[in-house]
Amino acid sequence: MESAIISGLQGLFLGITNLGLGHVIMIIIGSLLLYLGISKGYEPLLLLPIGFGAILVNIPLAGLMDEHGFFRFIYNNGVLTEVFPLLIFVGIGAMTDFQPLLENPKIILLGAAGQFGIFLTLLLALAVGFDKLDAIAVAIIGACDGPTAIYVSSKFAPHLLGAVSVAAYSYMSLVPLIQPPIMRWLTTDKERKIVMGVVKQPVSKTTKILFPIVVTVVASILAPLGAALIGTVMLGNLMKESGAVDRLKSASENEIANIVTLLLGLAIGATMEAEKFLRGETLMVLALGLIAIGLDTAVGVLFGKLMCLLTGGKINPLIGAAGISAFPMSARVVQMEGQKYNKKSYLLMHAMSANASGQIGSVIAAAVMLSVLKGMGIVG
Amino acid sequence: MDIWTFGWTVALIGMGGTMLVLWCLSLLILLLKKIFPYQPDESATQKG
Repeated sequence: MESAIISGLQGLFLGITNLGLGHVIMIIIGSLLLYLGISKGYEPLLLLPIGFGAILVNIPLAGLMDEHGFFRFIYNNGVLTEVFPLLIFVGIGAMTDFQPLLENPKIILLGAAGQFGIFLTLLLALAVGFDKLDAIAVAIIGACDGPTAIYVSSKFAPHLLGAVSVAAYSYMSLVPLIQPPIMRWLTTDKERKIVMGVVKQPVSKTTKILFPIVVTVVASILAPLGAALIGTVMLGNLMKESGAVDRLKSASENEIANIVTLLLGLAIGATMEAEKFLRGETLMVLALGLIAIGLDTAVGVLFGKLMCLLTGGKINPLIGAAGISAFPMSARVVQMEGQKYNKKSYLLMHAMSANASGQIGSVIAAAVMLSVLKGMGIVG
Repeated sequence: MDIWTFGWTVALIGMGGTMLVLWCLSLLILLLKKIFPYQPDESATQKG
């Protein structure tokens, strides 16, 4: 009887006796993510479940990521199968208005330049010692697009999923702090003051409906391994533009997106176990992610300068910074920067075109990269 | 394949490929707009 009582009491203290420094640090990191999401408003929809998931998975002996654990079930069925990011993409497509891009399609090239940070970061990641597939997963943070980063990293480097996702979502919310210094550094006062003319080219409903279909077919044929990424975004957009399936559109951008965001956040938090997350490579991932977004901005602005030169000064290079996927935050940053230097400059619509291009660009860049890897025999 | 051959190949084809695909899409958008131009009465129809 006495030994049974002692054993029972020991059971009560097992959690405490198994609590290590790593667990404590991860619980603090999880709490920090909760603070950033709740108090600072940085991507709360993702950071709250990620932070809470990170806390729960670091409770000793809770077994949430064990073979039959709650988190393991969500992770295996939603993340490893790539279902969650793809469902999120349907919602993103249903929420995105590509009208500014359709009105001014020449700007689409800025959406390509805004992805170059991905590829330049790949070289940096290889230089600091990441292996090929890990380097791909790190570089994709430069897409500045959470679901794309999750899709690619879960495919090639699931052990980096937590770090890559936290970096992607944290830096996306820090775009207003990251971009302006780079924009100022790379442009002259004269360039920042350029006033761009109004582009008002209304688009027919037929064009808006055909756009997602054409993009899906053409881009998927050119980069077949990205068909799921491109197709899901465009499916959502087709539902929006067709006006024929309002219930499906509404469910995609509300109920489905909300449920999947919650589960995806928890699953990402679940990958942040102390022994996997508290490594030097996590810090490297965070540093390279920041560099990737900086490089995206820099190349976008430089490409904007090239377009400015080629058009005889009609394009304000600042809009190049909006060629990333952080929509519409990046466009707003460009508008605010432009206004600082010239009160008569209204860059918002042009920046929105570049930003919508960046949304497509990030998905296309990932699709192209997957297809190149397939062609090189790196992935099956 | 060494890492630098891999890295530069993915980087160069990736950047070029992304640019090429998006450029093709811009041409297709222009083509769609030419084939299906906006009709001024469209907005009235949509509102009505």
